[in-house]
Order: sequence, then C-alpha cells, then structure tokens
Amino acid sequence: MALLYMATSSERSPPPFPEDLEPEPDEVGDQDSDDGEDIFLGADNPLEIKMDHSLPASDIASSTKPLSEASSAPVMDILSEPASEAFSAPMMNLLMEPASETSSAPMVDLLMEPASETSSAPMMNLFMEPASEASSGPMVDLLMDPASDDLKEPPKPDINPLADIINDAPLSEVKTPVAAMTQEPPSDLFDDEPSELFAEPRQSNTAKQQQTSIFDEPDEDLFSEPLGEALKKPQNDVFKEALAPVAKASNVCGPLSDNYNEDPTDIFTEEAITTLPSAVSTVSVNSKTNGVHSDEEEPDIFAEATVELSLDSPRNDRKKKEAAKPSASASAPSVSASASKPQPKTLEELDEEIEDKFELNISITNPEKVGDGMNAYMAYKVSTQTTLPMFRSKTFTVRRRFSDFLGLYEKLSDKHTLNGYIVPPPPEKSIMGMTKVKVGKEDNSSAEFVERRRAALERYLQRVVFHPSLLQDPDVREFLERDDMPRAHNTQALSGAGFLKMINRATDSLSKMTIKMNESDVWFEEKLQEVEAEDQQLRKLHIMVDSLVGHRKELSVNTGGFAKSVAMLGSSEDNTALSRALSQLAEVEDKMEQLHQEQAASDSFCFAELLADYIRLLGSVRASFDQRMKTWQRWQDAQNMLQKKRETEAKLLWANKPDKLQQAKDDITEWEAKVTQYERDFDRVSATVRKEVLRFEKEKARDFKKQIIKYLESLLQSQQQLIKYWEAFLPEAKAIA
Amino acid sequence: VRSCVEPQIEEDYQAVNVDLQTDATLQVDISDALSERDKVKFTVHTKSTLPNFKQNEFSVVRQHEEFIWLHDSFVENEEYAGYIIPPAPPRPDFDASREKLQKLGEGEGSMTKEEFTKMKQELEAEYLAIFKKTVAMHEVFLCRVAAHPVLRKDMNFHVFLEYNQDLSVRGKNKREKMEDFFKNVVKSADGVLVAGVKDVDDFFEHEKTFLLEYHNRVKDASSKSDRMIRSHKSAADDINRIASTLYTLGTQDSTDVCKFFLKVSELFEKTRKIEARVAADEDLKLADLLKYYLRESQAAKDLLYRRGRALVDYENANKALDKARAKNKDVLQAETSQQVCCQKFEKISESAKQELIDFKTRRVAAFRKNLVELAELELKHAKGNLQLLQSCVGVLKGDT
Repeated sequence: MALLYMATSSERSPPPFPEDLEPEPDEVGDQDSDDGEDIFLGADNPLEIKMDHSLPASDIASSTKPLSEASSAPVMDILSEPASEAFSAPMMNLLMEPASETSSAPMVDLLMEPASETSSAPMMNLFMEPASEASSGPMVDLLMDPASDDLKEPPKPDINPLADIINDAPLSEVKTPVAAMTQEPPSDLFDDEPSELFAEPRQSNTAKQQQTSIFDEPDEDLFSEPLGEALKKPQNDVFKEALAPVAKASNVCGPLSDNYNEDPTDIFTEEAITTLPSAVSTVSVNSKTNGVHSDEEEPDIFAEATVELSLDSPRNDRKKKEAAKPSASASAPSVSASASKPQPKTLEELDEEIEDKFELNISITNPEKVGDGMNAYMAYKVSTQTTLPMFRSKTFTVRRRFSDFLGLYEKLSDKHTLNGYIVPPPPEKSIMGMTKVKVGKEDNSSAEFVERRRAALERYLQRVVFHPSLLQDPDVREFLERDDMPRAHNTQALSGAGFLKMINRATDSLSKMTIKMNESDVWFEEKLQEVEAEDQQLRKLHIMVDSLVGHRKELSVNTGGFAKSVAMLGSSEDNTALSRALSQLAEVEDKMEQLHQEQAASDSFCFAELLADYIRLLGSVRASFDQRMKTWQRWQDAQNMLQKKRETEAKLLWANKPDKLQQAKDDITEWEAKVTQYERDFDRVSATVRKEVLRFEKEKARDFKKQIIKYLESLLQSQQQLIKYWEAFLPEAKAIA
Repeated sequence: VRSCVEPQIEEDYQAVNVDLQTDATLQVDISDALSERDKVKFTVHTKSTLPNFKQNEFSVVRQHEEFIWLHDSFVENEEYAGYIIPPAPPRPDFDASREKLQKLGEGEGSMTKEEFTKMKQELEAEYLAIFKKTVAMHEVFLCRVAAHPVLRKDMNFHVFLEYNQDLSVRGKNKREKMEDFFKNVVKSADGVLVAGVKDVDDFFEHEKTFLLEYHNRVKDASSKSDRMIRSHKSAADDINRIASTLYTLGTQDSTDVCKFFLKVSELFEKTRKIEARVAADEDLKLADLLKYYLRESQAAKDLLYRRGRALVDYENANKALDKARAKNKDVLQAETSQQVCCQKFEKISESAKQELIDFKTRRVAAFRKNLVELAELELKHAKGNLQLLQSCVGVLKGDT
C-alpha cells in the first residue's frame, strides 16, 4: 500500500510508457520499507492510483469488489494490492514475447541472487505471496482478459508470475518457520474466507507448476524441497502468521517488527525482515476483521490499522534495535521468528537494567612492562565486576595489552560502524611515549605516559560496555572474560592504518558534503554541522589546554628554580631576619612548585584528556554520519540504476526487441529489490545514527559536567593550599626588622 | 599611544623599592608621562623650599636620556666617589609590546572579533603596565637623589629639575658608546685586580665579599623570578583563551552543556584575571624589588671599587713615596700625591661606610615592605579565586 504511495511519486517522473512496470517495483519497495507509516499511508489511495495508470486496474477494481464482498474485508485489502501487483507482473509478461526459453534464464538469476546476496527475490515473494494465494483464482480469470486483449498468448503470462510466486514463496516461508503456526490454529479465518480463496490458488499453483515445465530446472535445483512445502501450505503459512498475531493483538506487533531490525548481513535474517512487515500488515488487517467480520467496514478498518501500526512499529523498532542488534546478527541462519521472539524481550530487559543501574564495573590496573627492548609491551590488568547474568562469574580479571584494545576496536568498528553506531575509539598509539617506556627510562614522563594511557584505556573500555548494544557483542565479552585471547596479529598495522582510515573517513565525508546530498531530514544536517563546529572548537580548546599544561609545567620548573635561587639569596643575606624570611619564601616557592606540578597534572588528566577523548569520539560520530551518507548514496545509485534499466526496457519495447526484454525485466526486478533494500538500510541507519547521537550527547553532557567539576575542585584545592602557604609566610615577612 | 599615569597606580609604584625618608624641603615626583613614537616624556614635578630654586613648585618635561645624563654626571663627579650613586633607570622598552601589537594587527583577519578585542585589550594592558613601570623607575631614581643628603644639593640635579627647556642632552653616539664599552672592560678588569687586594678594614672586607656574592645571587634570583612570572603570565593567557573558546562552545547551542560551558567560561574569565593579577603583583613586588637591588648592589659594588681603587692608589703612592725618599728624588711631588691619595681614600672610606650601612637599612626595609605586601596580595588573590571556584562549583553541582 505504501508502495502505491511511492508509485505516485515515481510516476511523476515521466514514465516512458503508461503500461510500464513502475508500479510494481515501487510497490515492492514500499512493502519492504520498515516504517509502518509509509506502508500504510499509501493505503488510502492504492486503488485509485492503480486505476490511473494500469489498464487492468479497472478490471482489478471490479474484480476485487466482488471478491471483497464474497470474502471478508481484510482479505480483500490484501488482495487488492497484490492483485494489482499480480497484474502488473503479468503485464510485463504480456508485453514480452513469452518465449519460455528466454525467460527461464532470468528466472534462475533472480532466484540465485537473492540467495547469494541479500534478498531481493524473497522480498518480492512476500509481496507476491498474498497475491498468488489469494487472488490466483480470480486473478487467473482477470488476467486472461487483459491478456487476450493485448493479443498475446494468455496462459504464458500467467505462468511467469505464478512461477515466480511459487519459486519465491517457499523461500520466504521456509525461512520464517512461523512460530505462529504452531501456536495458533487459524481455523476461523480459514473457514470463513481464505479457504475459498485458497482452494483455487492451490490448484492453480499446482497447475502452473505442471505447466511451467520450462521452469522445472531452476525450480527443482533451488527449491525442490521448499516447493513441496510451498505446495502443501504456502498460503497457510502466511495466514497463520497473520493469525497468530491476531490473537495476541498488539503484543505481537512489537516482537515481529523487531525482527526486521536484524542485521541484513545474512540472508536469513534478511528474509525474516522482509516477511515480517507483510505479516504485520496482514495481522493488523486481520485483527480488525476477525472480531467483526463485517464487509462494509473495510476502509475504516484499514485506516485504523494504519494508525495503530505506524505508531507501534517504528517505536518498537528503535527499542529493539538497541537490544536485538548484536545478538541477532551473531545468531546464524537459525534465526527464526520463533527463536528471535523471546530474545528481544530479554534484551530489552537487559537494556533497561543497564540504563537503570549499571551493574558492570571495569577497572584497568597494574600496567606492567612485559619483555625487553623494542619487543617490550605494556600489559594491563582488566578487572570486571558485574551482576549481569550474561557473564560467567561476578568478578574476573584478564591481562590485555594495548594492541588487544585496538583489536577490540577494530572488531567492533567493522561490525557496528556499518550500521551507524558510534563505536568509542581507543587512545591513539604513541610511538614516542611507548619507545620511552620500552627503552626503560623510569623517568617522570614515561610514568606519566603509562598512567595517562591506562586511564584512557579504562575510559575507553567503560564507554564500550556502557553502550548497551556494544555490551552485547560477543567480542566484548570475550575481551573481558577470555583468558587466552588470541593475539590480534595485525594490530600493528591496524592501529596505524585504522586511524588513517578514520582520517580518510573524515576527509571522505567532507568531500561528500561538498558533493551534495539534498538532505531530506534537516535534523541530520544541523547535527552534522553542530558536530563539525564542536569538533573544531574542541580541537582548539584542546590545543589551549595543552598549552596551559605546558605553561603550568614550565611555571612549576621555574618556580622551583626561583625557590633555589631565593634560598641562595637568603643564605648570603647578612640581615638575620631577612635571611630567615627569604629562606621561608624559598620554602613557600618550593611548595608552589609542587602545587603547580599537581595542577598541571590535573589540567592534563581531568581536562585535556577529556577533550582528547571527545575529539576522538566526535571522529566516530562523524563516521556514523558518514555511514548514513554512504547508505544514502548507495540507495541513490541504485535508484539511478533502476531508472536506467527502465529506460532500457522502454527502448527495447519501442524497438520491439522482445528477446532482450526478459533480461531487462529481470534487471528491473533485481534493482527494484535493491532500491528497496537500500532505502530500508538507509532508514535503519538513519534511525540508528539519530539515536546514537542523542545518546552520545547525553553521555557527553554527563562526562563534561563530571570531569570539569572534578577539575574545578582540583583548582579549588590548589587555592586552599596556596592560602595555607602564604598565611604561614606572612608573619615571617612581618618579622623582618 | 598616549597615556597618563593613573594616580592610584602611581601610588602603587611610588617608592616601591626603596624606603626613603621624606623631606619636605625637596619633594620630586613624576606627575605625568607621555609616550610618543619612540620616546617617553616625563613631567617632573618639584616642590621645594630650598632657596636656590626660583619658585616653590614647578614642573619640567624630561626624557630618559636626560635622566641618564644626570646619572652619568654623578658618576663622573669625583666628589661623589664615596657615595652609592642611585642606579639609573632602565631604558623604556616598548619594542616587544609594540611588536606584539603590530602582529596582532596583521593577524586581525584570522581571528574572531571577540578574540581580537580580547587580545588587543591584553596587549594594551601589558603596554600600560610596562609604561607605568618605566615611569616608576624614573621616579624612584629622582626620589633617591632628592633624599640623598649630598646629591640633592647637586647643581646638575637642580638644573635638571628647574630648567624649563630641553637640556639638549643627546644620546651617546657610536664612538662614545665604544669608549664606554672599553672603559667598562678596563674597569671590570681593574675591579678584579682591586678586589684581589686584601682590605685593611674588616668592615669593608666583609662588605666586599658580601656584595660580590649578593650581587650574583640577586642577579640570579631576578632572572629566575622573571622566568617564573613569564610562565605565570602565559598560563593566565592560556586560561583566558580557554575561557573564550568555552564561550564559543557555549554559545553554539542552548542545551544544558552549553549553559554549563558558559558558566565555566565565565569562571575562567574571572580566575584568569586574578591569575594575571597574581603574576603582575609578583612582578611588582618581587621581580622589581630584585631588579632594583640588582642595580643598587651594582652601585654599591661600584662604590667599593672606587674605594678599592683609591686604596690601591694610596698604597701605590705610599710605595712611590718610599721609593722617592730612598732615591731622594721628587719627594715633594710624591708626598703631595700620597697626601692626595690618602685624603681621597679616607674621604671615600668615611662616607662609604655610612652609605653601605644605609644601603643595608634601606634594603631590609624594602624587602620587608615588599614581601609583606606580596604575601598579602597573594592571600587576597588566592582567597578571591577560592571564593569564585567555590561558588561556581556550588552552582554547577546544583545544576547537575
């Protein structure tokens, strides 16, 4: 339905042909888009739009009406859309010269790709499922007419879409083992309307199956097993899924929608993602009708459903994204609707716990030099205290070296930056500082370096575990728990290259900024500008605080020098009282030297380090904005590609080159799926970035307040000491006579 | 840049380093000063009841070179060999400050308006401080002379105070400077020679060793204090810049953190002023004191040198007289010369003893005054700082 909404917009760009397949891709795209809103916003005008541009639309409308009358409202809705879809697909076929041989090849491609890459096909399938199941019966009839009108062999067009449907359907269905199925026997619904509808589709499916001998090969190869299932109960699955939620009403919506947040990295989760939206839509529809069963209500019902979902699903989404992300991506193909259902809940709970009372304390202590010479390194004791059940015990300790921390960052960054997460960066590698330590100079600066790094690593790790999503990452747990961490071999290169990468990213994003990106969401534009301005200011501030540290150290040294000099002057002074006062002054200055020294340390540790941390973190923030931009770019590129493919097809149509038409059609299907996918990615990444930035800002505010107050308190103490020293000196000065 | 000495600051500086007995018969001060392109014009104001002045109260405009001329005339006057000649005021040096101001003008484009204004204010304040210090140094010189029982009667001094036109004193040319340089080389070589001679008088022997050591140490302390104060000023400048950057950060948005930044910026803006004040007061009460006594101890050393020179001359004259008597040749001439040397030496010794005792008294009093003031100022600033910090931390903690 949202698809239709999209369709309207896409139609504004002049489609070469009215019969052009545009509606179809768009519909697919919409169906997949995460946001319930989109999906349902379009719901109002699907039929109109269809009518406008597709010839068979009128037929559909007429045909759907009877259908709806016969069946219940929801079904009708479901059908209405798919119906049109089903039409458009056939339309393509009609226009094509139905040479079965040519079409078979693209089919294979289509099917293969989804399997290997992401899931363009499954997505379509989802969409088609209802169509095929519900409408196949009437559809066939309907299709026949336009088909015949269009003068090409009617049966063949039918075969193609149906074949698609059949092929695809199993895939998606297999994937979503439909936990609901077992839970809810969907007897009512099936008794009422669907049974009718399904009776036919089944037949048609099988019929087509036989008919499409051409497709036998691909079908068998890829889907022979699923097919069987599909033939037995494909329609049931869809509806059962839908039914289960019906019983559970709104509850179900949440968990289900959760699933589609899962990482699209593996095919299976992808499918889960795609299936669910459709399931959700059906759910909502059914839920309404289930109770009422009234025919007239159809428009209202839909509107209501729309509202409900648009409110629910995005919200749930976000919540889920926080929690579900890592574990979902980690759990392999076995992820299923049923499996993932309980998960979000526990994760959510964890999430809340973390927010409420953070039951995980990490400290890094005992920096220790291991080895000698240039191969020496510092090892740190990483102690964890926790009550979180995800850990094996309540307290544990591991030893880690600096490169392990870098390795952890690389792992986390690789996994999570892609999705728009702000992954806290570790402190930079310092060749200077480390060389000093390696050389074994036990002087002040190397001790300071070690302490500074220890503290920085501690803050880094605390930021990681404080991040509710990152905490769930198995690599984090491994880092904290595992005794024999495999040495991250290439961190040497990583640490250097990693930061180069970050710099490149930054410049990258800069160049991209200049390119364009007509930002649809002002929030991001403003935030990015804010982040960049802040970055600039923090860098400036950092330089200044560093300079203050430098000057304060210099002041300390010079005060020390002056103290010695005054002591000497005092010793040569031949007035006893003055001599005494001068040596007292020397003592005061000596203490001041110490005081300045301490103050310099607190300038550095409380203030400069805080700024350095946030300069690094802002780098990560920018990286996540950048990631969003990349996702957007990918989506745009895909859209452009799709446009090209359509133009190609249009040209082929004009040129009347049917032999290449199937290829073009398949390309379009493929790119449509990609566009949908990428748009969804973009929406998802955008949502993540937004959430992450808000979270980051909250933490930043807290960190800054805490640290700066701490810093001010150190200044305060300095002043108190100062007062003490001078108060002690004053009588000495007065005693000079 | 034109500016006047504010009376209040003037007070701060007045007789800052030396404890002078005030004498109503002759009071000198610098009532005004103008800084022109490369020179400073001091208005020297005199109040006197002495009969050799035409009026009781008058003012003249003098430049640094005229102060130097006056000082040199004292040094060159044999009559004053037995006195510690008040050290000449240092040359006004605004070059560094002017250079900075110029650089600031060049860098105007690369700074925000606030930064520029702030920097400019800072530099102007710095310039003004140097200016006031210069004025104070010149005034101290005149006050010292006016308070000196002998030098105050000096004719040149009176001309300096009264003659209401240019003294047409010119700066030394290159040749004269070279001459001065050689004179100094000879003098210091001679000084080493003279210093090697064991003094017959324990007092002077003691003073000699004391002053040699003291001078070196006060020199060291003076340069060390300068360094210390310089880094203190740099730190204060850093805090200032930190405050303005925090301000920029704070004004970017109106979130809680931004308000927080603004408050901290406000605090730093205040504490940096105090910090700068601390540095300035240390400069005034400590560095300037040490610098003055660096020059004053040099003047005392010069007195000892002159006495030592006279002693050597006297001893040589004695030897020459012995020789002449032995040879019975030019005895009268040698006797005269010996008598002159003896007189000179005795005259110098007589006044030098008192001068050195006075020097010590003045020194102890000046150190006492300055150290007490320093401690009081340090306390005042530290307390001010503490109060600011306490109230700010209180407010910030209340916020969070």
